[in-house]
Amino acid sequence: MNTRKQYVRPMDGWWLKNPFYVRYMIRESTSVFVGIYAFVLLAGLLSLASGEAAYNDWMAAMTNPLVILFHVVALAAAIYHAITWFAVAPKVMPPLLTGKKRVSDKTITIFHYVIAIVLYLVMLGIAWKV
Amino acid sequence: MTDTDKTIEIEVLRYRPEQDKEPVWQSYDVPFSNDMSVLQGLQYIKDYIDGTVSFRWSCRMAICGSCGMMINREPKLSCKTFLREYYPGKLRVEALAHFPIERDLVVEVRDFISKLEGIKPYIIPREPRTLEQGEYLQTPTQRDRYEQFSSCINCMLCYAACPQYGLNSEFTGPGVLALLHRYNEDSRDGARADRMQIVNAEEGVWGCTLVGYCSEVCPKQVDPAAAVNQNKINSTMDYFLRFLFPKGGASK
Amino acid sequence: MMAKRSNEPIFWSLFGAGGVIVAFILPVIIFITGLAVPLGMLPPEVMAYDRIHAFAANWIGKLFILVVISLTLWHAMHRIFLSLHDLGINWGRTFFRWLCYGIALLGTLTPLFLLIRI
Repeated sequence: MNTRKQYVRPMDGWWLKNPFYVRYMIRESTSVFVGIYAFVLLAGLLSLASGEAAYNDWMAAMTNPLVILFHVVALAAAIYHAITWFAVAPKVMPPLLTGKKRVSDKTITIFHYVIAIVLYLVMLGIAWKV
Repeated sequence: MTDTDKTIEIEVLRYRPEQDKEPVWQSYDVPFSNDMSVLQGLQYIKDYIDGTVSFRWSCRMAICGSCGMMINREPKLSCKTFLREYYPGKLRVEALAHFPIERDLVVEVRDFISKLEGIKPYIIPREPRTLEQGEYLQTPTQRDRYEQFSSCINCMLCYAACPQYGLNSEFTGPGVLALLHRYNEDSRDGARADRMQIVNAEEGVWGCTLVGYCSEVCPKQVDPAAAVNQNKINSTMDYFLRFLFPKGGASK
Repeated sequence: MMAKRSNEPIFWSLFGAGGVIVAFILPVIIFITGLAVPLGMLPPEVMAYDRIHAFAANWIGKLFILVVISLTLWHAMHRIFLSLHDLGINWGRTFFRWLCYGIALLGTLTPLFLLIRI
């Protein structure tokens, strides 16, 4: 007599059940804020193409407190994206060899941070020098 | 040898298809000592408290891959996990996630096995040699390219970790793709083009969203996430360069 | 048994390029345009119409603006599309695919069109 009856467990709410998964979902959600920001820039570009008055309206809208709050969140999202991006970058690259020794994942991540920070400082420097 | 008074509570998700409609938690108090593994705790339950508890195990030393299960919601080998990590709190032990439960802590592994068979997990010689020609030679650098991926013990913890596999069991999954990579990266093997068909499919590497939990839980540091994602690069190159190099693809 | 080759490489490549832009360039751009200038940490001249217009008139500026807007959207929409599956939304895959990548395409053609005219 066959008494087998396999039980399949549901996946509902799977990502709430482990902090690793929660962090993954937060990482994925950064794309929502970053995507909205791209539209903010697009709106700016549209206003730029429409003349000085329209552009200044866009600049004024950017000072709205709710808009500023959005940008605080968007900045946090972009930074969290960068942190998680640099953490997984070594996984996407084939093994790099310096001579005979393999470059470690940690080294590759640190290298990304160095480049990023240099780039950030250069861009901020250009903005501030103006 | 146990400290006389210390006990630890182990709660096991029971499922006996002949009597249970659904899995149900059952608690046991197990004598605790610092050197006991979760596996030993389960063996104590089976030997002295409740002989009906079913679970797989074999080597007791994290090399056979039999004893994978969820311990407080984390995929672990029960022989490599110690009660002291949880004491005096309680342990909740459940069958390996994302697989159908056969009974108690025993899961259906057929899907993993058939996927493993599908990738041709053996060396298909690039340049076959006869016995008289002697060994296939390989430098330490060549061996380095695949060695970590050869450490896989088929324990399936990575499948329990992978939510994409849990959401869609068509996904080839981390362990099998890591083994695929092991053979592709072995200088003696010549079947890369064959295996690329599996890699390039939607259910191949493209089912992965780099959650990365697979590499986190792997007891042998295989890093399946790296194997899968390096093959995203290979698959992409194959996709775009296939028209330039029609025979056998552009990878390597 | 031959499994069908996926077209994911196209979208994954765009996703990857966009991810690089978001990680290396977006934080500073968000800071300058969204916080520093509106809050007065930087003088408004930094983003004055004449300056930005001149930047956008230059082909390097055009390329920069197009790349930042477009690739960010290819990155974001790909991730959002995949997240629908993570959240258990399995219906309407084809519809959502067209919607998500359609938005990214719109977010590529629109700035392209605008920048050509500036």
